[in-house]
Amino acid sequence: MKVSYYPGCSLEATARDYQESIAYVCGQLGIDLEEIPDWSCCGATAAHNTDDFLSIALPGRNLALAEKIGLDLVVPCPLCFNRLKTASHQLQKGPREDRPYVYAGKTRVWDLLDFLSHPDRLSRIQAKVRQPLKDLSLVCYYGCQANRPPKITGATSYENPQNMDNLLKALGATVPDWSYKTDCCGASHTIARPDIVNTLVHRLYERALEAGAEAIVVSCQMCQANLDMPQKTISEIFRKVYDLPVYYFTELIGVSWKGPEVKTWLSRHMVNPEPLLKRKSFI
Amino acid sequence: MDETGSCSANNVLTGTVRSNGTTMDKSESEFIEMTSGFLNQVEKESGIRVSACFQCRKCTNGCPVTFAMDIYPDQVMRHIQIGLKQEVQESATIWVCASCETCTTRCPNEIDLAGVMDYLKQSVVKEKGLAAEGKVLAFHQIFLDAIRKRGRVFETALVGNYMLKSGDWRQKMKDGTLLEEMRLGWTMYRKGRLKLLPQNIKGREEIKKLFDKKNRL
Repeated sequence: MKVSYYPGCSLEATARDYQESIAYVCGQLGIDLEEIPDWSCCGATAAHNTDDFLSIALPGRNLALAEKIGLDLVVPCPLCFNRLKTASHQLQKGPREDRPYVYAGKTRVWDLLDFLSHPDRLSRIQAKVRQPLKDLSLVCYYGCQANRPPKITGATSYENPQNMDNLLKALGATVPDWSYKTDCCGASHTIARPDIVNTLVHRLYERALEAGAEAIVVSCQMCQANLDMPQKTISEIFRKVYDLPVYYFTELIGVSWKGPEVKTWLSRHMVNPEPLLKRKSFI
Repeated sequence: MDETGSCSANNVLTGTVRSNGTTMDKSESEFIEMTSGFLNQVEKESGIRVSACFQCRKCTNGCPVTFAMDIYPDQVMRHIQIGLKQEVQESATIWVCASCETCTTRCPNEIDLAGVMDYLKQSVVKEKGLAAEGKVLAFHQIFLDAIRKRGRVFETALVGNYMLKSGDWRQKMKDGTLLEEMRLGWTMYRKGRLKLLPQNIKGREEIKKLFDKKNRL
């Protein structure tokens, strides 16, 4: 199966572990990820916070490129996904002087998690499981951009999404439900207002532990960075040692499949994600 | 309502003495002249029906960052409705908003509040106003600069550029966190998560033209 792929700027660098695990999982499933040639930045938060024109034009360029290719477009970064969907809605209203790209909406834009948890893919993911993630207690953290606002994303379960939960359960893990799965991590405030991120993420740690989780699973590399990178700092500020590894759902698919490159991806994290998996004899 | 048909916010109270006998200072006793000009402007330019808000407070109650705000989201809507343009544009609230879209999702009157926050931020930038959270704006500016330059964001240079643009390096040097940030950067590089060299996309000129066009529109 061939799809167009829009990695976004961070998958190339800071989210290299996510990118590697995605490439492995899709490769094993026979899904050919065709990177959009010469794609450009979607504008992320910076564009829609400061300039309406750029906030639509920057993602719009990539939609126009994808439409020319004609394949479904899969997007791993939920913010890129959200911006592409927003631009898609605007551009489909028709050409206008301030809309420099034409996009008829013929290309389906998928959030990666939604794409891989779709029944067609999920059944094949489940079939390849060689070691069920038994007795591993994980909470799924969805973040904001993949599901909200539903008018843009098309999400049906946006207050209590279940697709990541179902995927992890299909891998054999124990997935307690919790009420904070879509509570904001602070997003881009991590650079300019890290205090906001520390407050929000500390809350998430506490609530994950309350739910009985040993680790958190994500589908967004910005969330992963905000949950993983400040863990030591948050432990110091709140005087409580937190040891909650933050896995990408694709990394755990790889673990359940006994993928050979798993340790490479895991080595890129800040909070060491290996001890927990070693204790359960998965690696 | 007075004989000219205009309302003032505290026409219930006479002079500068409150109903409980205490005295107000001047700033409290200044009345707010409610005008609809700003509301009309916001609705026309953003396409969002702020006038539909009846202060149910659902937005504020679901907002994760109210602890860092000076005006609550429902109050921002009310400010717009009664014409307090300066207060909202000068608020920290609009920059603290993390665009989590919870408010937009839950508003029973389908008001895109996150969109209103975006509009207000954009208006501050357009009018070259002073952002209450200068560091937050600085980050957005260097981020966009990075896109303009190469078509994609070269993450390795992001934090350094932000420190210079915002002047945050001074604060971080003082409180000792600058060294921590540099250590983090080095760890990220060692772990293969930061590239050494940036790359330019072929369509760089096309992107630059978009940045030029936005200034002409």
